[in-house]
Amino acid sequence: MAQITVNGNNQEVTLPLTLDQLITLNQVANPEMVSVQINDNFIEREKFGSTQIYDGDIIDFLYFMGGGR
Amino acid sequence: MFDFTEEELNRYSRHILLKDVGVEGQEKIKNAKVLVVGAGGLGSPVILYLAAAGIGTIGIIDGDVVDISNLQRQVIHTTADINRYKAESAKEKAEKINPHVKVVIYKDFLRAENALDIIKDYDFVVDGTDNFPVKFLINDACVMAGKPFSHGGILRFDGQTFTHKPGCACYRCIFNAPPPKDLVPTCSQAGVLGAIAGMLGTIQAAEVLKYFTGAGELLTDKLLTFNAKTMDFRKINVHRRDTCPICGSNPTITELIDYEQAACDLTNR
Ligand SMILES: [Zn+2]
Repeated sequence: MAQITVNGNNQEVTLPLTLDQLITLNQVANPEMVSVQINDNFIEREKFGSTQIYDGDIIDFLYFMGGGR
Repeated sequence: MFDFTEEELNRYSRHILLKDVGVEGQEKIKNAKVLVVGAGGLGSPVILYLAAAGIGTIGIIDGDVVDISNLQRQVIHTTADINRYKAESAKEKAEKINPHVKVVIYKDFLRAENALDIIKDYDFVVDGTDNFPVKFLINDACVMAGKPFSHGGILRFDGQTFTHKPGCACYRCIFNAPPPKDLVPTCSQAGVLGAIAGMLGTIQAAEVLKYFTGAGELLTDKLLTFNAKTMDFRKINVHRRDTCPICGSNPTITELIDYEQAACDLTNR
């Protein structure tokens, strides 16, 4: 088991785990539109499938917010 | 050195009392020129607070008229303003609050064709728009022109904002490109708690005043998000991305783009 932080919350996951798999696991809404940072670095969308999650990783899913008027 | 009248010194006394502002800071506020894009949910509190604070020149660009469905959150407009241009209604309120403020209005929308020409006259731009095409346009135009801006977005019970200064993370560093047309709801399609607009707009106004006075730390390289249901506020570190299509090492965007997406109010009618 590994401990990671997702959007500020602790989460236990089983490794190995790719970013793509974490997105599926966490049922992230509209995954084709989410921006992802791991340990403060943006991950390019093409690399979601090949990016491994490691123990202690801090992951942020960032969402578009388009309103304002 | 400072050309404030007795009336102005009284008017701004609560700013002047602040060690981080003082008469010097108030002078910087008076010399500032700020463009507010959109006189709606976010633009309303931004314009009200910037006018009250004594920002010397406030530009307001909005080509829309006041609709009754706006009044739940666009607090600068009143029931009597329905069908008036938002820019005119907002100018009138700003001048009533503070006659020392010069208000310039554009009864138009920001587009690729007019964006650079309009923002060149301002020191800071505030995004108070409701759709991705203009949010990306503001980002791209400000990055190209080397202007700082405050980004704002609200949806349902959530808000998000960051401040850009040249060299710091831009909107495209975080979100590469606009989402596919119609995939992300705008406020008119999804709904928004009215007070959220006030919460986020006042944060944006505070960032403007911090920028000009140099007080504190701006939300540069930080994305602030909050949820009003839980009242959880989070500040996420973001960085300029070297592969960013506009501010990265090899920018692929060299001219402004009008993305296709129906504006919030158009889709609503
Ligand atoms: Zn960028």
